[in-house]
Amino acid sequence: MRLKRAGASALLIECRDGEQVEAWRSELLRRRDAGDLRIVDIVPGARSLLLDGVGPGTVEALAALPEPRRSAVSRDQWPVVPIPTVFDGQDLADVATRWAMTTAQAIDHLTTTDFTVAFCGFSPGFAYMRGLGEKFSVPRLDAPRPRVPAGSVGLAGEYCGIYPTASPGGWQLVGRTSETLFDVRDEPPARLGPGTRVRLVAA
Amino acid sequence: MITVVRAGPLTTIQDQGRPGYAHLGVPRSGALDSRALRRANAMVGNPASAAGLETTLMGCALRFEEPAVVAVTGAAAIVKLDKVPVDGLIEVGAGSLLDVGRATRGVRSYVAVCGGLDVEPVLGSRATDTLSGLGPARLTDGMTLSVGRPPAASPEAAVSLEPDDSPEIEDQPEIADELDLGVWIGPRDDWFSGSELFDTPYRVSPMSNRIGCRLSGAALTRTRAGELPPEGVVLGAIQVPVDGQPLIFLADHPTTGGYPVIGVVDDVNALAQARPGSTVRFHALD
Repeated sequence: MRLKRAGASALLIECRDGEQVEAWRSELLRRRDAGDLRIVDIVPGARSLLLDGVGPGTVEALAALPEPRRSAVSRDQWPVVPIPTVFDGQDLADVATRWAMTTAQAIDHLTTTDFTVAFCGFSPGFAYMRGLGEKFSVPRLDAPRPRVPAGSVGLAGEYCGIYPTASPGGWQLVGRTSETLFDVRDEPPARLGPGTRVRLVAA
Repeated sequence: MITVVRAGPLTTIQDQGRPGYAHLGVPRSGALDSRALRRANAMVGNPASAAGLETTLMGCALRFEEPAVVAVTGAAAIVKLDKVPVDGLIEVGAGSLLDVGRATRGVRSYVAVCGGLDVEPVLGSRATDTLSGLGPARLTDGMTLSVGRPPAASPEAAVSLEPDDSPEIEDQPEIADELDLGVWIGPRDDWFSGSELFDTPYRVSPMSNRIGCRLSGAALTRTRAGELPPEGVVLGAIQVPVDGQPLIFLADHPTTGGYPVIGVVDDVNALAQARPGSTVRFHALD
């Protein structure tokens, strides 16, 4: 584990990949819930985990922890959140071409991929879902659209994301869902928090 | 009930924000100069978590329908009650007009009312987040605000206290035109060469807002090409975009970012009061 300081009260754990981030995230969440660690925010990134608002002695406590095993993330036991999706995105044909597939094959690929929320960002409840892998990376649009409607399903880099609210956006749009992904009246307010498994289901 | 007579260019309801939701992409938000709001709350006998107003440069004017106890902190500004300058703990009569004037030093004034502003909390906070839009709407002329019930021991207890004698109430810091900010180096200092950040002063750009304080000056040189995979960022993080001009994250900052963070400013409160054109210098902490 590589540990870096991010100011007086935050630490950054550098990880090899998204799976290691997830292993650390679930392990530290478990230890925080058990009262072993004091951390206000446990914020995953693509290759790192930020611990913000850490109590004294956290560095020593972390250094003493064994590296969490990936098998500790018992993926099979987790529920999968199905997201009914209409695949009529403006960029679907371009994405299919990039993947050297027909549009039908691209939809098939998207609906058979096991997605896991790697981290959130950009806007409340916007989940960066990994699972496509580097081979299926797509670039962002050269010029972002000024307005992407809520529920739009897009791709950028190796991530799939769904816009919880309307906003400007540069992701390549493959479809849309009518699911509500962020509601402040819910606890937790985001439907797709880090670690959540997701399947896109053709609707 | 309070009626907003003059909202000013950007007056928002703020408290100490909503930490704990960063992993869901929810900014912490809250008062930019959280110390000044805490001080105003302490003066009127409110708990530190109470919601007050944060004004921007031009202040605001409020008509109180009922008597209230009010304190104004933060920027240096002339505060008038029914056109008469007032100071310290202000006892406002029913029907009176409180006018928080233009900031003569600093940027943001904080108005605390005994009992706190009573709006529906969103995710545990009454703060307006200008990045995500969460929280109450910004103030507009003519809108009304409700005041909460005063804490049990107030307002009489608060009024009887000389604010300067209370150990709970910090002194108002001087607002300077030149800031010297302590910086914790990293986490991505290895993306940059040497001590450039500490070598020359920077100026606060007029593009600054509640999300971040933009600086202009000597561009920081990257020693590494490529992109940083997005990672979590903290309050006070000095992010360096491609143009090399640093941006210091303030309360409404996004929760993750894709530009390297060269260091973290230890105390961002002073930046809330830094006017465009102010000079910022950095020194390393360890």
